[in-house]
Amino acid sequence: MKPHTLSVLVENRAGVLSRVAGMFSRRGFNIESLAVGTCEEPDMSRITIVVNGDDGVVEQVMKQTNKLIDVIKVSDLTQRESVERELALIKVAAETGPARAEILQIADIFRALVVDVGAKTLVLQVTGDTGKIDALEKLLRQYGIKEFVRTGKIALLRGAKTVKSSK
Amino acid sequence: MKTGARTLIEALQREGVDTIFGYPGGVVLPIYDELYDSSIRHILVRHEQAAAHAADGYARASGRVGVCLATSGPGACNLVTGIATAYMDSIPVVALTGQVPTALLGNDAFQESDITGITMPVTKHNYLVKDAADIDRVVREAFYIARTGRPGPVLIDLPKDVTTSQVKAGTPVPETVSLRGYQPTYQGHVRQIDKALDLIARAERPLIYAGGGVVLSGASAELLEFMETAAIPVTTTLMGLGAVPGDHPLCLGMLGMHGTQSANYAVTECDVLIAVGVRFDDRVTGRIETFAPNAAIVHIDIDPAEIGKNKKVDVPIVGDVRAVLQALLRRMQKHGDTANWVSRINAWKAQYPLGYGDDGHLRPQYVVEQLSDILKGEGVIVSEVGQNQMWTALYYCFRKPRTWITSGGLGTMGYGLPAAIGAHYARPDMPVVDVAGDGSIQMNIQEFGTVAQYDIPVKVVILNNMYLGMVRQWQELFYDRRYSYTELPPVDFVKIANAYGIEGITVGEKDGVREAIEAALAADGPFVLDFRVEREENVFPMVPAGAAINEMIGVRQR
Repeated sequence: MKPHTLSVLVENRAGVLSRVAGMFSRRGFNIESLAVGTCEEPDMSRITIVVNGDDGVVEQVMKQTNKLIDVIKVSDLTQRESVERELALIKVAAETGPARAEILQIADIFRALVVDVGAKTLVLQVTGDTGKIDALEKLLRQYGIKEFVRTGKIALLRGAKTVKSSK
Repeated sequence: MKTGARTLIEALQREGVDTIFGYPGGVVLPIYDELYDSSIRHILVRHEQAAAHAADGYARASGRVGVCLATSGPGACNLVTGIATAYMDSIPVVALTGQVPTALLGNDAFQESDITGITMPVTKHNYLVKDAADIDRVVREAFYIARTGRPGPVLIDLPKDVTTSQVKAGTPVPETVSLRGYQPTYQGHVRQIDKALDLIARAERPLIYAGGGVVLSGASAELLEFMETAAIPVTTTLMGLGAVPGDHPLCLGMLGMHGTQSANYAVTECDVLIAVGVRFDDRVTGRIETFAPNAAIVHIDIDPAEIGKNKKVDVPIVGDVRAVLQALLRRMQKHGDTANWVSRINAWKAQYPLGYGDDGHLRPQYVVEQLSDILKGEGVIVSEVGQNQMWTALYYCFRKPRTWITSGGLGTMGYGLPAAIGAHYARPDMPVVDVAGDGSIQMNIQEFGTVAQYDIPVKVVILNNMYLGMVRQWQELFYDRRYSYTELPPVDFVKIANAYGIEGITVGEKDGVREAIEAALAADGPFVLDFRVEREENVFPMVPAGAAINEMIGVRQR
């Protein structure tokens, strides 16, 4: 069982996300994370889904996803060289001077941006792979995380290769 | 200019629709107004579920797309069981539903239901049309999706303002359909085909396991040629009955939970299993680990998702069953010598014939055997679900594809009578018989009304044991005979039939069976036969749930 990152190219139409998500839930496939948005083609969207499962399960996931009429292409990026990113916003307690300084230092090391400064809190924006964001969250926990939000993972193949409609 | 409703009717005619099964209501009034003087025949059912089953029965008997129509809300929801039935058995149906006007969508308006949302898991695809200008394209796509690839139901939801709004007449209709997300594979991969042929050439104990996909792709002639050329015995699933003649010397009948001993033993002992248009359903395989334990498996199916879903296969061939069988035949150079294997199977056949008690009592198997003997394959047999279905599958000899119509995957009680109505309109030249139980016939018995109104010559054979027989059988075998809510009070079905103006006969003795069936078939109109059969007769042989398929109970040995 390891996480697989699937890149799913779909028609940009109402209800497509619910077709994909509904198929996952009724067939008992677990979605670890999901991100959806427009892509380079105006009439298509790209969904990045992270699923957990052994190879047989992931093969079924891909085949069943492919059967949906509005799904144009499904690729497993885990098998190939790809860049993967998530983005997180973290509101962390920073009431005292020393804490504030330490948080800013940590942010610097993680190349996180300070996107809001309040009297008692800082909001950091960090991008990276899952592990990096997990690590930052863990480090900031000692100061008190007030709120934490992260996007689903998005991913692209490295180099000139693309996940495109093959038809 | 023309209305959306008019556009819809013309689009349906372009798809060759001659019959629609439906039930009117508020938001489909514009469509019904167009149907009023249309050349399309509309059959008014008594419940929308029956409209969906009738469209499904029409599709199974004809091979064409069946069409049903219902209003929004409750009408659409009542179609759902029928749509799910068609989906599980891969039957091409287009379901048309009315919807509240687009301005009211999502407002909990009167008779609003989110039918595209509700049917998403049980349709191959569905549409909510929001612009009348899309009707032509959507109808064309829906029929294309329904009948191509692995067939299945497609639903089109039509808000009332879409069917009343005006569309520019003379707008060109797309000739062909091109969907970049839907490109079924029809031709099998040549290398895989040669791998399969290599296995077949070396096989000592090959077996074909054929299913509904053979019927759907119209591959009966190819399958017959293939099995005869290579001298390979064949067993069929419930859905595959009739794909090859049931009385063919190489045919072993049905396999699985209520399969024949010879079929189940053959699966267990074969060394190459050629699975054709099947999906390794749990009712076929029993305990999956022990299914075909010694065999290299070749799996031919048009749906890539079925391959490897339940059972790991050695040679996957994605493609249309007919096209793949043609390629196999074309490329086959040699095949193994199966004479020993065939004689071993023949010995099983002789040792373990199907059979039942012959103490003179009226048994359901006898009724089905007589029906089979009288019709000799020249009829369309529809069944309900339960014991009646299994007895028909075992004791009726199906000789041609599309002469056996039954709800396999979903196992929908109440399917038979409305499906028989649909089958009649698909094959008016053939006698249509619905074999029913007293439980399942009562699930859609209101359709006697439809049968009577249109004088549809459907013959209903009720195997009346005053039980929900299959459940009772499981309670007898696995729940210590605790018959919890499975006993039904006696019903005089002939009286019900008569109330609708349908003729009928009640038969309680073995002697009267043949005569009654002949009388029913000779009658011009519909006919109901109420056979009062042995109440606690069981369907045997049987593989208990979770057992291997060669571990059967209720085995008779000669």
